[in-house]
Amino acid sequence: MHELGIVFHIIDRVERVGRENGLEKVSAVVLELGEVSGVVPGYLTDCWRWAAAKSPLMEGSELKIETLPAITRCGGCGRDYPTVAHGRTCPHCRSGDTWLLTGSEVDIKEIEAY
Amino acid sequence: MDRVRIIEVKQSVFADNDRRADQLRRELKERGIFLLNLMSSPGSGKTTTLARTVELLKDEYKIGVLEADIDSDVDARTMAATGVEAIQLHTGGMCHLDADMTRQGLDALVAGDVELAILENVGNLVCPAEFDTGAVKNAAILSVPEGDDKPLKYPLMFQVCDVVLINKMDVAPYFDFDLDRCREHIRMRNPDAEVIPICAKTGEGIAQWADWLRGQMAAWRG
Repeated sequence: MHELGIVFHIIDRVERVGRENGLEKVSAVVLELGEVSGVVPGYLTDCWRWAAAKSPLMEGSELKIETLPAITRCGGCGRDYPTVAHGRTCPHCRSGDTWLLTGSEVDIKEIEAY
Repeated sequence: MDRVRIIEVKQSVFADNDRRADQLRRELKERGIFLLNLMSSPGSGKTTTLARTVELLKDEYKIGVLEADIDSDVDARTMAATGVEAIQLHTGGMCHLDADMTRQGLDALVAGDVELAILENVGNLVCPAEFDTGAVKNAAILSVPEGDDKPLKYPLMFQVCDVVLINKMDVAPYFDFDLDRCREHIRMRNPDAEVIPICAKTGEGIAQWADWLRGQMAAWRG
């Protein structure tokens, strides 16, 4: 459900880029997805197949997903650590004063088209 | 065969919606409409809380309510019974409202002379947090039976809201719910969020919540 809404927004954006650039056919859309974006890649590609088929510009196009690692910075000791393995508590100094540097992205990187 | 072109976009999927939401907020400011976005899980008491709120504030402000659901019009009927204008939006299977859908709803509400518009978002702690509706302020309801650990499990929802109403305080003795722990979990995600314990059924805390709303509206109007 969540993924479908995101797919609709991607399609809107790609159609606009298509008009601006006079594209005839989009063959692929490359998406950068953060590890802790909360978006499930499999659901996203399922929704994509269904929704892209309704757009003449994007019918049959591929959604390529590149995963970006999640990195958290610790305010206690200043070090960075991988978020997925350790969550919100710093593995170096056990501080809870931490914030996400990268990993929540849902970005359209580029469009491959004719 | 045609050569494949690569067009760099490098932009968040949410960027377009964020821009539309900012635009809507500017227009609402010009028209003097304070839009509150109310979010929570299904069954946490959004509609009952809203009915109580409207009861208390409807003589002070001209209120309009937007009810967003996947289907049915039961919530709009409940709200219309309180004597305010209410319209039902159907999201067509979608789990949230975005800025465009909110704008359509506001237009349908003949919002010309509405001073306080309240959007009851789709019951869901995930997606509504990601899509800015254009609201001036965001409120979340967390009800006692859901547990005091919800802010840990759905951090974004508690990061984006300005106020959290802890609803169903009347049943707290029957659940393993610790209000102090809950406040702490919210504070960890969002130190600026106001936390107001309420009970929509008995009316507990509703006066405090109404005061918060009055204050926000007064500050926004300047």
